[in-house]
Amino acid sequence: MSRRTLRPPPLMVFLGSIGLAIFVVPFAGLLARVPWSDLLTLLADDFVTDALRLSLVTSLAATLIAVIVGIPLAWIMARLEFPGRSLVRGLVTLPLVLPPVVGGAALLFALGRRGLVGEPLNQATGLLLPFSTWGVVVANTFVAMPFLVITVEGALRNLDQRFEGAAASLGAGRWTVLRRVTLPMIGPSLVAGLVLTWARAFGEFGATITFAGNLQGRTQTMPLAVFVALESDRDTAVALSLVMVIVSLAVLVGLRERWWKAL
Amino acid sequence: MESALGRGLEAGFGLRRGDSFRIDLRLSIPAGTTVALLGPNGAGKSTAVSAIAGLLPIDSGSISLAGITLDEPAAGVLVPPEARRIGVVFQDFLLFPHMTVIDNVAFGLRSRGVSRAEAMDRARAWLERLDLTGFERRKPPQLSGGQAQRVALARALVIDPDLLLLDEPLAALDVTTRVGLRRALARHLDDFPGPRLVITHDPTEAFLLADEVHIVEDGAVTQSGSPDEIRLRPRTAYAADLAGSNLLFGEATRGQVVVGSHLIHLAERDVDGEVLLTIRPSAISVHRIEPEGSQRNTWQTSIAVMERLGERTRIGTGAPLPLTVELTSEATNDLDLEVGKTVWLAIKATEIGVEAGSVETRSE
Repeated sequence: MSRRTLRPPPLMVFLGSIGLAIFVVPFAGLLARVPWSDLLTLLADDFVTDALRLSLVTSLAATLIAVIVGIPLAWIMARLEFPGRSLVRGLVTLPLVLPPVVGGAALLFALGRRGLVGEPLNQATGLLLPFSTWGVVVANTFVAMPFLVITVEGALRNLDQRFEGAAASLGAGRWTVLRRVTLPMIGPSLVAGLVLTWARAFGEFGATITFAGNLQGRTQTMPLAVFVALESDRDTAVALSLVMVIVSLAVLVGLRERWWKAL
Repeated sequence: MESALGRGLEAGFGLRRGDSFRIDLRLSIPAGTTVALLGPNGAGKSTAVSAIAGLLPIDSGSISLAGITLDEPAAGVLVPPEARRIGVVFQDFLLFPHMTVIDNVAFGLRSRGVSRAEAMDRARAWLERLDLTGFERRKPPQLSGGQAQRVALARALVIDPDLLLLDEPLAALDVTTRVGLRRALARHLDDFPGPRLVITHDPTEAFLLADEVHIVEDGAVTQSGSPDEIRLRPRTAYAADLAGSNLLFGEATRGQVVVGSHLIHLAERDVDGEVLLTIRPSAISVHRIEPEGSQRNTWQTSIAVMERLGERTRIGTGAPLPLTVELTSEATNDLDLEVGKTVWLAIKATEIGVEAGSVETRSE
């Protein structure tokens, strides 16, 4: 009797297996198509190395910007009472659900040559974001930073603020409290937020191609290169995809289990 | 030589939170004196801690410590918490969970610009003083309650504060270890030369640790005095309940406790060593003649003090064992009690609370 109830329900196992297959089959298909013998030659091509270098540089730059301005934004949302706070939270969450192409178009209208901010910016500094590497960074930041802000904000809300009061009573100024107590105590969430942000920036496609275009060596990141290669050279596309899978897996493994508990 | 008062805490302040809650407190603690704020949860004790520590600005009045004004809204003075020299032992201790014990203790010194080497040396000296040698590299979650309390104390004392402020220092601890730890804490308080303020909801704690007790109800002090004064003459019904128990230290041998020159019988036979007895004033009965019956603790004494408190009357008895007794005023009239009269007291052994006092802080 009791043995029977311990057996997992067959329907659950069946449907769950289909769910798993949805993840496994594409990777199997990709691996089956990898041209192993030509792999190194394919990857040594300028087309590939340019894209990889650009992807790493722009995704890391976007993550850095997210740290510098995203953590303060998360802090403001978690700690300050101000009118329109829920509106702010909505705006920060929007890029998570918005189609990236729409985000890219919005960036173009705002920061393009004739854009709301882009025109005065161009006249004042000569800087033109669309179709530049900086444009890629901006697009990546726009799409990816919400992951950091949302994760850190949640962690700050859950942190017992009395620890910060204890630190202050021991003589720690605001920055010392932040550096030695607040940030270390939300460490796991912070790292998880950073990884999600970086991963999202690394894989960014829609906003980038809309706002920054598709110029090899300047704005053509890995996902864009995969898209282009699919049209012309399937083997290169497979090789590029394999690199992205390996880089993403390496990050997952590198973080180990403990960081994922915070997610 | 500065006077003890000049190095003490002077505080008289009002603070409002929301529409319904306000506190109004007046405190004066000379150096070398322990004062307790005793009151129920929600009476405003923790708010008072926050105000004195500088985590919450006051709305009116002033707080000054060692002759320096820390907070005085009317004069536009507000010293931030990090610039106040106050050692706080917080409720739940609030040890930083991501730091080792020694880093926790050294934190205050490092924050105040002391070099790492010197901070470590001074932290280590305090850990040694509080019997924590060998725990330096542990993380707070790996400590027992008593150890955590001493780390919190070391962390507060290492910065050489002008005031030691303890917020419910024993509440987070296991009941069985509390007695020994309370006594150790009393010793540490005595070693601290400045003013000391203990916040607690536990009357036993307040009466055993403090020289002076302020009872706080609804944000205001309803009574102040020495533990003895409050026990004998509680001015409100709440204070009477709170101040209630007689506390007696004694030496037990097989369930018989010598308290001064008097012998008290306990219900349990297997109690030995130092003990703390608690007897509720209402658990003691008063008789005109020697009572008969099963009670084994009966003796003759005289009435030293009598205080009427509405429908209740509190009596202080004389030798051989001064106790506070509470009766209904009706009973007092029936027995025709007055100061100087000789009466018999009786206490049921089962009404006597016993806490083992010989719990060693090291044996955790």
